Amino acid sequence: MSSDFRPDFAAGLLDASRALPAGLAARHAADQRRFAVYRNNVAVGLVDALAAAYPVTEKLVGTEFFRAAARLFALDNPPASPVMLDYGDGFAGFLEIFPPAAALPFLADVARIERAALECWHAADAGPLAIAALAELAPEALADCLLVVHPAARVVRSRFSAATIWRANAGPGEPGRIDASVAEDVLVARPDMDVAVHLLPAGAAVLFLALGNRATLAEAAGAALGEADDVDFEVALAVLFAAGAVIAIEHGRA
Amino acid sequence: MNRQAPRVNVHSGAPRPVPAKAGIGLKGEHVGEILDTGPDLGFFEVHAENYMGAGGPPHRWLEAVAARYPLSVHGVGMNIGAPGPLDRAHLQRLKTVVDRYRPGLVSEHLAWSSHGGAYLNDLLPLPLNEATLRAVADHVMEVEDVLGRAILIENPSTYLAFAGTTIPETEFLARLVEMTGCGLLLDVNNAYVSAVNHGFDADGYIDAFPIAAVGEIHIAGHAPDVDADGRPLLVDAHDRAVADAVWALLGRALARSGPLPVLIERDNDVPPLDALLAEAARADAAIAACNATFTGEARHVVRLPA
Repeated sequence: MSSDFRPDFAAGLLDASRALPAGLAARHAADQRRFAVYRNNVAVGLVDALAAAYPVTEKLVGTEFFRAAARLFALDNPPASPVMLDYGDGFAGFLEIFPPAAALPFLADVARIERAALECWHAADAGPLAIAALAELAPEALADCLLVVHPAARVVRSRFSAATIWRANAGPGEPGRIDASVAEDVLVARPDMDVAVHLLPAGAAVLFLALGNRATLAEAAGAALGEADDVDFEVALAVLFAAGAVIAIEHGRA
Repeated sequence: MNRQAPRVNVHSGAPRPVPAKAGIGLKGEHVGEILDTGPDLGFFEVHAENYMGAGGPPHRWLEAVAARYPLSVHGVGMNIGAPGPLDRAHLQRLKTVVDRYRPGLVSEHLAWSSHGGAYLNDLLPLPLNEATLRAVADHVMEVEDVLGRAILIENPSTYLAFAGTTIPETEFLARLVEMTGCGLLLDVNNAYVSAVNHGFDADGYIDAFPIAAVGEIHIAGHAPDVDADGRPLLVDAHDRAVADAVWALLGRALARSGPLPVLIERDNDVPPLDALLAEAARADAAIAACNATFTGEARHVVRLPA
């Protein structure tokens, strides 16, 4: 169609420095306040969506800082789909290189935990598997089996104490002092109706990520050992199963 | 330009019809109380896009609510008012929601919301003329064909007018109904907001609305502002109680239409459930009042799948 009325209008919504769009009725052609209603609807709607998804991030920086940062992100990264449940991917990466947030180097990883929680909230449902199923395997079948990870489970690996900071700020009340410099591997999982955040023991994050990429248990264990030599696999698997992060065992690779 | 009724989707069971009673929007924070107390409401309305996730608590809540109440599914992202092709992937997502929950009513907006790969998260205005009418009609027919049922199209609230508008909104909607067989969702608050913002008579708009096609009514609260010349500018904020002027306009609309489902639309600053139930009770009283006096002709051309 030759007369698309949208390009000017859409560009003006996302960039307040632009002139009002052409094609408006004469009585509204210079009315900044009327166009500003649309501009404001767009920006506030997107910022509100981010605020709903990142409440702990907002608490850490304060509402005014958060909304200013979210607005900058949103106007540069409007949603690609009308399904706003998915909106906000990339916000943690934005915060990581956002100069005004440089004093809080853990902020982006806290945002990644919140993003993982949002993804888990809307991910497909599945029933978790009890670890007893692993004990029923013949010992020689263990190495070659595939553990299918829960669609509502995500791992976040942080150089900082992101999960401890998240947990201390997720509820009401003021958190005490936290040493932010302790690296943490975090599992976010929703085995049924509730999303839970778990700290992972050494090796469990690599194990989970490898299993999620369809590595066999032996291959996943090798990847974990490649990163740390103090991996207790019994503990790592117990934590992953107990968190509901595994839904099925497939026997060997076809 | 008339067309045949959309095909019925034989895979889905019969939808539960939405009665001529008041309903409210379903909010996550109210679900527990709704399921515990079973308030006397005609239906719940949900935004289709909020149920396009793969799984999780929202679907389970909606399944529990849908087992006890009729549903109205209200799309906000179909971009029906834009030129060019519809987003077919999004249309399939809408179909998935409609097939899964089998709502009694499905509605969308006379508006656009996406351009150039960006979803703008607002219901944006379009010029109303012969070209846009053809495009909107094509889009409505495509949606109805894919869904296998008629939909309702909602009149917008607007803050700006286009030089390219040549057809009055009520006439545009009447012709859309004629061309597509769709029904209409009369948003009385939108009519009031637009009337104030553009200086036309809200009563006259209601009186000119193609009332026989209306299958549902919305009412909501609006926020007062002013335009650049200091004239009143109302914002369709859905953030407060319904204004008295809108209640009066609802009575006028119902007097023309007869009893219809009426939604209390509240999306921001959502109050405790009781506050919405009180507004729903007031809407039920308005429906009952029109039921007692309505002498108009039978209406409601909206076809439900068998």
